[in-house]
Amino acid sequence: MTEFAGWLMPLRYGSETAEHNAVRSAAALFDLSHMGEIAVTGPGAAAALDYAVCGWPSALAPGRARYTMLCAPDGGILDDLVIYRQADDRFLVVANAANTAVVLRELTERCAGAVVRDDTEVTGLIAIQGPNAPGILSRVTDLPLDGMRYYAGASGTVSGYPAWVARTGYTGEDGFEIFCAAGDAERVWAALTEAGDRDGAGLPAAGLAARDTLRLEAGMPLYGNELGPDVTPYEAGLGRVVRLDKPGDFVGRAALAARAAEGPRRTLIGLVARSRRVPRHGYTVLSGSSEVGVVTSGAPSPTLGTPIAMAYVPTGATGPFGIDVRGNTEPAEMTELPFYDRRKQR
Amino acid sequence: MSVPAELRYTEEHEWVAIDGGTASVGITDYAAGQLGDVVYVSLPTVGAAVTAGDPCGEVESTKSVSDLYSPVDGEVAEVNEELDDDPGLVNAEPYGAGWMFRVRLPAGPGGETELPPGLLTAAEYEELTKSAG
Repeated sequence: MTEFAGWLMPLRYGSETAEHNAVRSAAALFDLSHMGEIAVTGPGAAAALDYAVCGWPSALAPGRARYTMLCAPDGGILDDLVIYRQADDRFLVVANAANTAVVLRELTERCAGAVVRDDTEVTGLIAIQGPNAPGILSRVTDLPLDGMRYYAGASGTVSGYPAWVARTGYTGEDGFEIFCAAGDAERVWAALTEAGDRDGAGLPAAGLAARDTLRLEAGMPLYGNELGPDVTPYEAGLGRVVRLDKPGDFVGRAALAARAAEGPRRTLIGLVARSRRVPRHGYTVLSGSSEVGVVTSGAPSPTLGTPIAMAYVPTGATGPFGIDVRGNTEPAEMTELPFYDRRKQR
Repeated sequence: MSVPAELRYTEEHEWVAIDGGTASVGITDYAAGQLGDVVYVSLPTVGAAVTAGDPCGEVESTKSVSDLYSPVDGEVAEVNEELDDDPGLVNAEPYGAGWMFRVRLPAGPGGETELPPGLLTAAEYEELTKSAG
């Protein structure tokens, strides 16, 4: 167990490598109740969110979701978010646990004309991720999952308990996130576990360690590693989330437009280590003997069988790159992100 | 958590088994559990001199890297090459197939090998891990 943004979280339930592999080859369950859930509601909610975040929530059809960011006026990232449009006048904003207070404060300030409410304490969030997820979840939900697209969601029940079920996740696999009442979460978890056991494949629980290696293989950024107040979405390779084409002003527009025009100063790259020593957060990236960048996340990749890392380097920097692993320069090859793409594997 | 009574331990969570003039070394079940899945072990080279309390290798797990300390003075007689292909042995059998290296202990003045000072008994080590939470 580990302390994480004020929550006591399991780093692993058993072997984190086995948990990781279960998600890639079958399915596993994650308890993500620490994530922040903020409801933004009312007739003015869509317009208010268009001003508050750099995406375009008012353009979302009800039942659809989008990955977006909350930026400071200078364009720095305050948090990355998933926004679900649950109805015309109801949005669910999911924030990182460590940033929930900041997101709540900023949305409350920025969303004049809408009601902003923190539902984190009353909401349980369980993710079922992996290729077997649709089959297992379909045994206990009344929602037709076949027709549910990636980044879509619907209200229904799971094992009889009311839930918002969305085809989203942070693993690079197919899967679902189930938002339910906090008081029902344990029974929803038990029902899913039981449904997973029915065909003998089982549905193990997976902890934060597996969650981190899964998202890293999938090239997904983590706030505090790849994202922070000194990073704009462009540097993180996520310029697509900034909707400069939407009408009206939004917080950070001027700074982000300027940054879009001048191009990013740093670029997030993927590195595959050629030795078995693992590059980790904060290690220096070298080009020849000069220090050119820093590793933001690194881990042994269970799927690739070799250490992988993401790092910021100056835009246009060319290899060959090395990583200073505690005094020794270990060679690493630049690669396109993501490291793992399930559509190319199957 | 298993702490075999016949072994000696260090505060850095290594175990030592003394057999004649040779000490076998590994990391404890507790340490392996704290580290998580071990993915790579960097061991000293055979013939190298090691000093008690000094780092002589590294243990990499999914989430972290830790120094490996020699619990004894001496010369490295053998390393566990199986760990190169299967570092997970450290988690599966920390006191058995997951052993790490063997050290030839220096002979004392009378030709006998002495148990190095400062090692913990199983009871003392268990106490240490309990107070560490």
